[in-house]
Amino acid sequence: MYLTADPIDLRSLLAQVQSPRHGGIASFLGAVRDHQAGRSVIRLEYSAYQPMAEAECARIVREAEAQWDCAVALKHRIGTLHIGDVAVAIIAASAHRDEAFAACRYVIEEVKRRVPIWKREVFADGKVEWVGSGEGRKRGSGELGSSEDGVEVAGSSPEKSVK
Amino acid sequence: MTAVASTVTIRVLLFASYAELLGSDSLEIVLDIPARVRDAVERLRAFPGGERLPAKPLCALNLTQVTPDTPLRPGDELAILPPLSGG
Repeated sequence: MYLTADPIDLRSLLAQVQSPRHGGIASFLGAVRDHQAGRSVIRLEYSAYQPMAEAECARIVREAEAQWDCAVALKHRIGTLHIGDVAVAIIAASAHRDEAFAACRYVIEEVKRRVPIWKREVFADGKVEWVGSGEGRKRGSGELGSSEDGVEVAGSSPEKSVK
Repeated sequence: MTAVASTVTIRVLLFASYAELLGSDSLEIVLDIPARVRDAVERLRAFPGGERLPAKPLCALNLTQVTPDTPLRPGDELAILPPLSGG
């Protein structure tokens, strides 16, 4: 299972990919930040289309492992997360560091681009906005996000609350 | 008399901001055949709150991304996906 409602256990994630063959291990953690575009954020709420998200995560991990001869561990949290909580964790292990860094970078970029997960930001002023939906700019009118040709769309927001 | 069905019933799943627009995260719709993904989206856009759905949202049929031209079959599960924001 790539999605979890519980805090991510980094030690067990690391154990998934450690091996005598692996001398280079790279990790990426995305944590909840306390600000977005100059506004104070107090928490994020994640939801997902779970069966599709699981399938897409599995595909991304397989792609990375095929391309770089590495082992990849991936977890993404859903539910309510507070400032500093780890929302996504990726650990890639390979014989050498180049492959591990490349696989780790690939996985986070593809997760953000392809996995059906959504987050909404809860701001200190009480406002709640879905990230990437254009809320705040188009409030009260217009369409909330569109895919011109039916392919993947990334969030339209230039910044994300998790980096 | 023939017993050929003239309609198709599908399950629609809505997520995040789109579930809020329609006030529901799951509903059943009945469409005349032949029905395509775009026909289902058009129906949803006619629902109260649905007018703010884009004409061509990101869609997944039975867990796989599809284009608006994709045909719909009885029992299909069509998910309408807002812009993704995981990570």
